[in-house]
Amino acid sequence: MTIQTLIDSGLFRSVVAGSTDKQIEKIFCCDLLSIAMSKAPEHGAWVTVMGNRNTLAVASLTDISCIILAEGVSFTEEDLECAREENIAVFTTPLPIFDAALAVHNLL
Amino acid sequence: MAENLTFRYKISGDDFTRAGEASSNVKSKLKQMGVDNNAIRKVAIAMYEGEINMVIHANGGTITVEISSDNIHLVLADTGPGIADIEKAMREGYSTAPEEVRSLGFGAGMGLPNMKKYSDNMTIESVVGVGTTVTMDIHL
Repeated sequence: MTIQTLIDSGLFRSVVAGSTDKQIEKIFCCDLLSIAMSKAPEHGAWVTVMGNRNTLAVASLTDISCIILAEGVSFTEEDLECAREENIAVFTTPLPIFDAALAVHNLL
Repeated sequence: MAENLTFRYKISGDDFTRAGEASSNVKSKLKQMGVDNNAIRKVAIAMYEGEINMVIHANGGTITVEISSDNIHLVLADTGPGIADIEKAMREGYSTAPEEVRSLGFGAGMGLPNMKKYSDNMTIESVVGVGTTVTMDIHL
């Protein structure tokens, strides 16, 4: 599915649309950026509670398709501006990580 | 590529939020050059980990990237505290990163092991109190 499909599903709040035609093929859950850096899959939807500027850097460097911030975590407005510049899709949800990942999995 | 290309980056040591800018820049350049995606990913991960290490431990430094037709050569040099026990530092999970860095999701003791894993060749030269130079090659 594409980012647009995930936006249209209404499952999560779409904060930055990013490249809406980007494909989502896998789901990746991790909060340690060092591990995410080496393991995050290309075309993955990354579910995490680590919402800081470095999360965006890791997302950009690993070519993941979108970040889904779980547990009500959000980026600062400054970080969101950076996500817009880098064209990284960002979603937020009050759901826990597992439930958020499962919801995406059910759409794949 | 007819001749080698060299890029130099000065890494600032005081702004953790900006760590990764040099790696992102190199990644974009390699993409524009049409370098193989797998090699780009390896360079991006290895260089980013090195960049983060420089910010966490060494108050910044310089990164030189040399791109030739069959290899990408990275030299990361700092004048930080040096690594007392390189063998220990190479062990996954061993970390001397401060708590504030860990709370941002780093400092898990994966940096150097990741750099070794994603490069085809890596050497570390370090003198305590003088600094550290890490060189890495990623073959194309």
